[in-house]
Amino acid sequence: MMPTLTLFLMVSAALFCIGLLAALSRRHAIFILIGIELMLAAANLNFIAFWRFGPQPQSPTGVMVAIFSIAIAAAEAAVGLALVIAVYRHYRTTSVDKLNQLKG
Amino acid sequence: MTRWIVPNLWLIPAMPLAASLLILAFANSRRRTGAALAILGQVAAFALAIIAFLPTLEEAGWRAVHNFTWFTFGEQALRIGWVLDPLAAAMLLMITFVGLWIFVFSVGYMADDKNFTRFFAYLSFFSAAMLGVVIANSLLLLFVCWELVGLASYLLIGFWIHKPSAAAAAKKAFITTRIGDLGLFLGMLWLYSDSGTLLFYDAGNGCLEQAGLLALGASATFVALLIFSGAVGKSGQFPLHVWLPDAMEGPTPVSALIHAATMVAAGVFLVARVYPLFSLGEIDGVTPSLTVVVWVGVITALMASLIALAQSDIKRILAYSTVSQLGLMMVSLGVGGVAAGIMHLLAHGFFKALLFLGSGSVIHGCHHEQDIRKMGGLRRLMPVTFLTYAIGMMALSGFPLFFSGAWSKEEILHATLQWGPSPVPHVLMMAGVVLTALYMTRQMIYVFFGSARAPSEKAHESPSVMTVPLIVLALCSIVLSLAFTPAWPWLLHYLNGEAVHFDLGLLIQPMLFVSLALVAAGIGFGILFYRKAGATDPLAQTVPPLFRFLENKMWLDELYANTVVAGSAMFSRASDWMDRHVWDGLVRAVGGAGQLFGIFSTTVDERGINAGVDESATRTRGLGRFMSGWHSGQVQTYMGAVAVGMLALLLLYAWLA
Repeated sequence: MMPTLTLFLMVSAALFCIGLLAALSRRHAIFILIGIELMLAAANLNFIAFWRFGPQPQSPTGVMVAIFSIAIAAAEAAVGLALVIAVYRHYRTTSVDKLNQLKG
Repeated sequence: MTRWIVPNLWLIPAMPLAASLLILAFANSRRRTGAALAILGQVAAFALAIIAFLPTLEEAGWRAVHNFTWFTFGEQALRIGWVLDPLAAAMLLMITFVGLWIFVFSVGYMADDKNFTRFFAYLSFFSAAMLGVVIANSLLLLFVCWELVGLASYLLIGFWIHKPSAAAAAKKAFITTRIGDLGLFLGMLWLYSDSGTLLFYDAGNGCLEQAGLLALGASATFVALLIFSGAVGKSGQFPLHVWLPDAMEGPTPVSALIHAATMVAAGVFLVARVYPLFSLGEIDGVTPSLTVVVWVGVITALMASLIALAQSDIKRILAYSTVSQLGLMMVSLGVGGVAAGIMHLLAHGFFKALLFLGSGSVIHGCHHEQDIRKMGGLRRLMPVTFLTYAIGMMALSGFPLFFSGAWSKEEILHATLQWGPSPVPHVLMMAGVVLTALYMTRQMIYVFFGSARAPSEKAHESPSVMTVPLIVLALCSIVLSLAFTPAWPWLLHYLNGEAVHFDLGLLIQPMLFVSLALVAAGIGFGILFYRKAGATDPLAQTVPPLFRFLENKMWLDELYANTVVAGSAMFSRASDWMDRHVWDGLVRAVGGAGQLFGIFSTTVDERGINAGVDESATRTRGLGRFMSGWHSGQVQTYMGAVAVGMLALLLLYAWLA
């Protein structure tokens, strides 16, 4: 079977939904971060798919964007994990439903 | 049929890798299955290594490569591949065979460890990575496997994580080798930018072949030196040797496999693999980069064998011995004796693994005592270990005629003798031979002779699962020497790609008598000097300052701690001070300005516009209170709202379109 754009988009949509579900339903902050990473991966997959099936698959623009976004995601993960550690040190928990100090 | 192996060479590292993954996935709590899987993977790799070895025998200097495109990036295609030549085939055989027996030995040595299966998973993983280094036909693939080997080494040195010293040693090994690897990485980038390929051999277009070398030109010296810095880190050459003795914190089979027989030899292998880069533009076999290799090797070999004289930990002595033998191999490569150096590498793989496993057996028998001053008289209590250890010691010292190490050392001494620029390496290497015999005699006397000291009274011989590997490796150290002799230098010519002839008349070379005299001098003096060795070392009694100097490893660790480590600590403290005082001050100044402005605004507010604003403030507060009800503080509720909103927008878009 030839891979088609639709197939990639479906995989990416599924990946996004799984990530969203994880981010919405897990209580542990690190799992939420993982969910967010999955959603980012889905977005990256879209970039690559649209580039590969787009009008100019020769010039590596899609990959550049994806690599750029991966680099930013890495920085984001580093900051996110540092935040989780800081939060844990302060509150002795990483469960997000206990962290409601910002409620109105 | 035999050619089938070339495109499928990847199967060799795949075997132990599969074993490692299977153990981690399925056999985590099944000790027997775990060990069986690991040994099975190693046996399969060994069988494939034999299949790979056969075609290289058919014609001298046979070489086959299999290259393919890994990925394409714009116009550039990055290609990797594997190579099968005598160098790779011989290394494959040595690694899989020695590795197999070390695996078997580990079954006995690690029997009481509660992380038994994890150990075998790591060991198999290491084996896979190491085999990958050997078959790589691309500097990139080699570098990837090289780093994986480093990771395996880190995991295994720190295998007993509950020991702080093991954790520190693992970290030290990882960071120290990383310094060298940075050079290797830069060298790789340089090589790629100048020659446009990282493949070693590619039908005349590889970076080690005519076209690539031509494109490289004068920068080859720098590329070679950068690559050599990677080898210096991995092979424990001066000045990056400090991690290797500390790496003995790992379990003894790890020391035998990784830090004696295979991984530390990878640096020597790397230099041999990219040798055309080193020898480009040679004049009588001398280039600037090779001269650096020679002198680094000379310094390392001599320094380490001196330090080995004054160590008291049985494994540390062997570790320094490894460092010095690796230095010897580097010298051999540097003076042009590539095949001699690799021959010594292969022989060393066998007998040093034997010595380490023997020391493991001693440590096991003495209930985890590692101090040779507390051992003694073990030859009666552990006869098998004693005999095999003695064979290993003879092979390491280079005792002529019967032991593999002797012939390879003789070949190296030959090669150094013919080196044009300076006779110093030759003389110093002869001194190194004497020192090797001396420190090994010292160790033998302390461990196996004399009367039993403290805990060795209760020592026992190890089970046969540990002694059989010792016997096999000891036999190999003797049998292999048949292919090493000058009368039938099969291995030498096999590696050089020449046809071999048998000529018994060449067996006795003048160098044989020289090395016999050197070894006899070392052992004889050792016996005389250490015969009555007691709790204090004889060297400590005769020349105390020298002994202290060597016992403390020439204070190199302290030197590094006081220069490099202290330097970086000082830099961090300076940065901290800058942060706290300079930048913090600036931030405070800005903050103060803001505060001043705030006070000013308060005054204006309270005196001027206060009352009129109050009414709108009350309204806003009401609205705020209403809306703050929505803010539950539950971040996931917010995220859900975002998702719903996004969905609504999508639906709106779909409806409008």
